[in-house]
Amino acid sequence: MPEALRLALAIAAKDVRAELRSRTALLSAVVFAALVLVVFNFARDPTAIAAVDLAPSVLWVTFALAAMVALNRAFTVERENGALDALLLAPVPRGAVFLGKLLANLAFVGTVEAVTLPLFVLFFNVDLGHALPGILGVTALATIGFVAVGTIFSAMAVRTRFAELLLPVLLLPFMVPPLIGAVQVTSRLLADRPLSEMLGWLRLLALYDVVFVTLCTMVFASVVDE
Amino acid sequence: MPSSDGAESPALLEARGLRRSFGGLRVLRGVDLTVRAGEAVVVAGPNGAGKTTLLRLLAGLMRPEAGEVRVLGRPLRGDGEEARRPIGFVSHQSLLYDDLTLAQNLAFTARLYGLPRPADVARAALESAGLAARADDAPRRLSRGLIQRAAIARALLHQPRVLLLDEPFTALDATAAERLREALAGRLAAGLGMVVVTHRLGEVWGLATRVAVLSEGRWACDEPRRGPLETFLPRYLGLVGA
Repeated sequence: MPEALRLALAIAAKDVRAELRSRTALLSAVVFAALVLVVFNFARDPTAIAAVDLAPSVLWVTFALAAMVALNRAFTVERENGALDALLLAPVPRGAVFLGKLLANLAFVGTVEAVTLPLFVLFFNVDLGHALPGILGVTALATIGFVAVGTIFSAMAVRTRFAELLLPVLLLPFMVPPLIGAVQVTSRLLADRPLSEMLGWLRLLALYDVVFVTLCTMVFASVVDE
Repeated sequence: MPSSDGAESPALLEARGLRRSFGGLRVLRGVDLTVRAGEAVVVAGPNGAGKTTLLRLLAGLMRPEAGEVRVLGRPLRGDGEEARRPIGFVSHQSLLYDDLTLAQNLAFTARLYGLPRPADVARAALESAGLAARADDAPRRLSRGLIQRAAIARALLHQPRVLLLDEPFTALDATAAERLREALAGRLAAGLGMVVVTHRLGEVWGLATRVAVLSEGRWACDEPRRGPLETFLPRYLGLVGA
């Protein structure tokens, strides 16, 4: 295994272990996602618009907001007791630190999404059956991109006094492209449309992932070095 | 430090012309420092003199506006992983995760440094720090003094060649302070180089080979330690304008 990957996995495992002990971010994000779904469920008028038409937007707004709660913790855990200094002092390439934090965040956001999806099916009574593999795929594709951007903004925001406020302000504009793409693909999947109608959006999501994962890995050093 | 044949041992840490400002405040105005094997440089100075900033620059945790730091001849700039590897750092914060136990914290450090059998290395380090019984406690459940001992154990875990210490004796009881002095003296004898930032000169005077006083971002003095602390104190007060 390449050394950088081994180090990234060690960092991700540390974050997962710390979160399993505290359970603060994961629990807050899951509860938050459930609350968003409850609010949407009671706010909609089922006679005005079919659940299946509204469902993709609701699903992705819920994923995005819950992800924001989970991402907020990414670097606050490093801020406590100055632990980030120890991480930056270690003989670990900055890119591996970013990759480790990204993997941990993907695990957290993925877990929140995995819990949210069944709740969404329950509240909106949407039959995912045939579309489930596709929805899981597009969820992974969209999540990688915005979590990469969220990880870098979380590192930026943590040095400020208003980290919790700053992260959504920085991140939301960058979430728009993957969210639009994900909503479009999810709508078509639920409507059982052919793959050819989704390819353009899938390419956009893949391109977004490649561009932002690469870019964030490259700029991470200048974000964390004082 | 001169070797037995009279030649100076090679520099472990070399800083040249370090400058750093915060906003309009110039904290360091061109600071040079060389630390050789077996040297313990005690850095003193009034509050706001730039001691902690200097230590963070030496550790590579902060970028200088001008100047350069080299560790074992390697520049600390950018992704200088190999230059960072020989550094051990004790900050005024513990650098430990509150959501991990002490054993998990140290095992994580061992993994970052690529040490074999990280869990065993962590347990052994905690045992020598007198923390074996608290290995499975999170730092938040410990007293300030025990946390400081764990922070020092973390910094020494990978056998650093250069040790940067910011007020290392804070919160330590007399026994723990004496154990730390003995441990540091042993490592100095084995060829470690050390920079200690402190206001409490008495606690490190016996270890010091050089005393440097930082005042207004420059060295007011950098000289070998001579004689007891009592003879240096009046001079120190004069240097910092107290």
